[in-house]
Amino acid sequence: MSTFLGMPAARGGSAPDAAAPDTLAGVGRPDDPLHWGASFPDAARTALANQQLRRNLGNATSTIRAKRARVVGEVPDWEELRDAGSALKADVLARLPELLEQLERNVTARGGVVHWARDAAEANRIVADLVRAKGTDEVVKVKSMATQEIGLNEALAEDGIAAVETDLAELIVQLADDMPSHILVPAIHRNRTEIRDIFLERMGDAPPDLTDVPRELAMAARAHLRRKFLSAKVAISGANFAVADTGTLAVVESEGNGRMCLTLPETLITVMGIEKLVPTFDDLEVFLQLLPRSSTGERMNPYTSMWTGVTPGDGPQEFHLVLLDNGRTTVLADEAGRSALHCIRCSACLNVCPVYERVGGHAYGSVYPGPIGAILTPQLTGEKSDLPYASTLCGACYEVCPVKIDIPSILVELRAREVELGGAAPDTSDRVWQAAMKAASFAMADGDRFRRAARVPRVLRAISRHGVIRRLPFPGSLWTRSRDLPEPPRQTFHDWWERRARQARQEDER
Amino acid sequence: MSDARSEILSRVRDALGAAAPTPARIPRAYRPAGEHAAGSDEVLDLLVDRLEDYRAHVHRVTAAGLPGLLADLLGGTPGRVSGRVPGAAPARGARSAVVVPPGLDPAWLAGLADVDVRADTRDAPLAATELDEVGAVVTAARVAVAETGTIVLDGEPDQGRRAISLVPDVHVCVVRTSQVVQTVPEAVRLLDAHPERPLTWISGPSATSDIELDRVEGVHGPRTLHVVLVR
Repeated sequence: MSTFLGMPAARGGSAPDAAAPDTLAGVGRPDDPLHWGASFPDAARTALANQQLRRNLGNATSTIRAKRARVVGEVPDWEELRDAGSALKADVLARLPELLEQLERNVTARGGVVHWARDAAEANRIVADLVRAKGTDEVVKVKSMATQEIGLNEALAEDGIAAVETDLAELIVQLADDMPSHILVPAIHRNRTEIRDIFLERMGDAPPDLTDVPRELAMAARAHLRRKFLSAKVAISGANFAVADTGTLAVVESEGNGRMCLTLPETLITVMGIEKLVPTFDDLEVFLQLLPRSSTGERMNPYTSMWTGVTPGDGPQEFHLVLLDNGRTTVLADEAGRSALHCIRCSACLNVCPVYERVGGHAYGSVYPGPIGAILTPQLTGEKSDLPYASTLCGACYEVCPVKIDIPSILVELRAREVELGGAAPDTSDRVWQAAMKAASFAMADGDRFRRAARVPRVLRAISRHGVIRRLPFPGSLWTRSRDLPEPPRQTFHDWWERRARQARQEDER
Repeated sequence: MSDARSEILSRVRDALGAAAPTPARIPRAYRPAGEHAAGSDEVLDLLVDRLEDYRAHVHRVTAAGLPGLLADLLGGTPGRVSGRVPGAAPARGARSAVVVPPGLDPAWLAGLADVDVRADTRDAPLAATELDEVGAVVTAARVAVAETGTIVLDGEPDQGRRAISLVPDVHVCVVRTSQVVQTVPEAVRLLDAHPERPLTWISGPSATSDIELDRVEGVHGPRTLHVVLVR
C-alpha cells in the first residue's frame, strides 16, 4: 500500500470566485449540503485571500482555544472521561441494532412515535408530512447538524413551509442566505459589524439605530423571535444524545431557544442520526462533562433539556422521533473509518486545526467542515474527495477530541485509498503526481538508488534565497505554487553519516 | 422494497458483519463522586463561585430568612433581609406578577402578600402568552452540581411545568444546601431514579457566544437568575 501525504492537484470544481470578499450576501443554499462549491484547493486559495475572514477566524479560534484549555485543565480525570467516552461510543456501534430497537420500544412506550429514514429525501418527506398534518406553514427550529445535512429547510420551503432558525448564529446564516462555516458557531466567519448590517437589511423588525454591540444584537434577535416562540405549533430539533435504556433524548444549548422549541409548541419533531445513542442514562454523566468543556469552553452549557416521550400536561403532547441513516451505515461498514461515528459534534478539532483556522468552514464545501468533516464528509457521501488532504496531519485534532477519534490516521487511510484507486480521468497534474510517486517509489526501493537520488537536489541551492525556494520550473511548480521548499542541505544525511563514521575510524586507528 | 426500519436495521447488521467489534468493557476510572460531602462548606463555596462566574445572583439565607429575601427580590413587603440586593431591582407594573408551581412551600411566599402570585398546574396551565406577562417565577430544584454551577429541575410539584421557569424574565430558584453535590456523576445517579421526568439543567442565565465568541448573558431564557441557597 502506498500512502500519499502531500496535497492533491486541484481537480474539477469551478474556478475561484473573484467576487469582493466583504459582501453581505452569503454563499447561497446548495443542492447538496455535503458537497458544494469549488474543490478544496481552489476554495482554500480564495479564502486565504480574504483578509477579513482570516481576521475573524483567527480571533474567534484563538479565544475559544484558550477557554477550552482552561476548563479542561481543571478537570483532574479528563483523560479517564475521554477513555470512557470513546469506549461507550465503540460499544454503541457494536450493539447498534439492539440499542436502536431498545430506544424505539422505550420512546413508543412513553407516547412518542418513531420513524425511520434511509436517506435525506425520506427524512424530509416524513417531516414535511407531519408538519402539513398539523395544518401549519411555519415551524421553529433548534440548531441541528442532522437537519442541515439533509437540507430540511429547503425541502420544507418547497412544500410551502417556512422553517425559522432560532439559534442566533443559525438565524444570521439564514438571513444572509449563507451556509454555516463551523459546527458550533455557524456564523464564526462574520464579525459584529457584518451581523449588524445583515440584521438591519434583512430581519425586518430590527431597530433602525441598532449598533454592533453583541448584547444589542442578541436583544434584537430575542425580540424578533419572541412572538414566533409563543405562537409556534410545531418545533423541529436534533438531538445530542438518545438513551437506549430509558428512551430519553437530550438537547444541549445556550440561549434558551432550544428550551422554547422543546417546551412550548404542541408538536415536537426530532431528527437524529442513528449513531447518537448512549446505552444507559448514567452514561450521560460522561458526555455531559466532555461536551460543554470541549465545545464552548464552559464548565457547563447554560441549558440542557431531557425528555422521555410525552409528559402529560408538560411540554409537547405529540412527539415524533425520526431516526436517520443517510450514509451512516456505509461509514459503519468501514472498519478503519467507523470511529468517525463517535463524533459528538463538539467542534474542538476545528478550533485547533491550523488549516481550518486559515481557510474557514466554507472551503470544505460541506456542513461538516474541519478535521472531522474531512473524514466524515467523504465517508458519508462515498464520493471521491480531496478533503482528506485538507490537513497537515499535525495531530492536534486527535489531542483535543473528547471521544478520541484518531482523525490523522483515518485521513492517511483515506488518502491511501484514493491513491490506490487512482483517478477515473486524471488531469495533467494528476499524471505528473502519479509519475513522481512511481519514480519516488523506484528510488526508495533500493539503497544505492536512493543514495544517488538524494544527492540530486543539491543543485537547487543555486536558486534558493534566504534558505527557501519559492518557485520551481514545471513539474516542480506543482509543489511550489502553494508552498515554499526549504533549501536542500549541502550534504545528504547518508554522506554526513559516512564521513562521520570514517572520521571515527581514523581516530580509532590513531 | 422493504420498509425503512427493517432495511436500516439490516444495513447496520451487514455493516457490522462478522467483523463486528466486540462489546467493550467500559473503563470507568473517572471520579464517580467528589471528595467533599453533599452540602459541605467546600461544595457550597464552589457552587457559589461557579454561579457567579456565569453572572447568576447568589444569596445564602437561613430557612427563617427566606420569605424576607423573596419579598425583597420580588417586590413584596421587605422582610428581615435589609438592603437591596445588587442587580435585583423589583419589577413593578404589569410585569410585577409572580408565577409559582403548585407544590411550592407556602411559607416561602409569606412576604409576598401584596404581590400578584399565580399558581400554574399541569391541569390548569397558564398560556405561553400569559406567562410572558408575568415578571418572575419562583421554583425549588431537584439537585445542584457545584463543579459546573448547575441546577437541575425535574418538573415535580415544587418545580412545576418546564414553561414556567422559561418564559418569565426572572427566575428565582431555591436550593436547599443538602441538595448540592460536587460532581456531575453524583447528580446523574440521583436523577436516574426517575429518568422519565422532564429534566432541565440550568447553568446560569441564558447566554450566547455566537457573535465573535463574545459571551452575552440573557437571550431567550430568563435574563436574570437568582439562586437562593437555604441552610
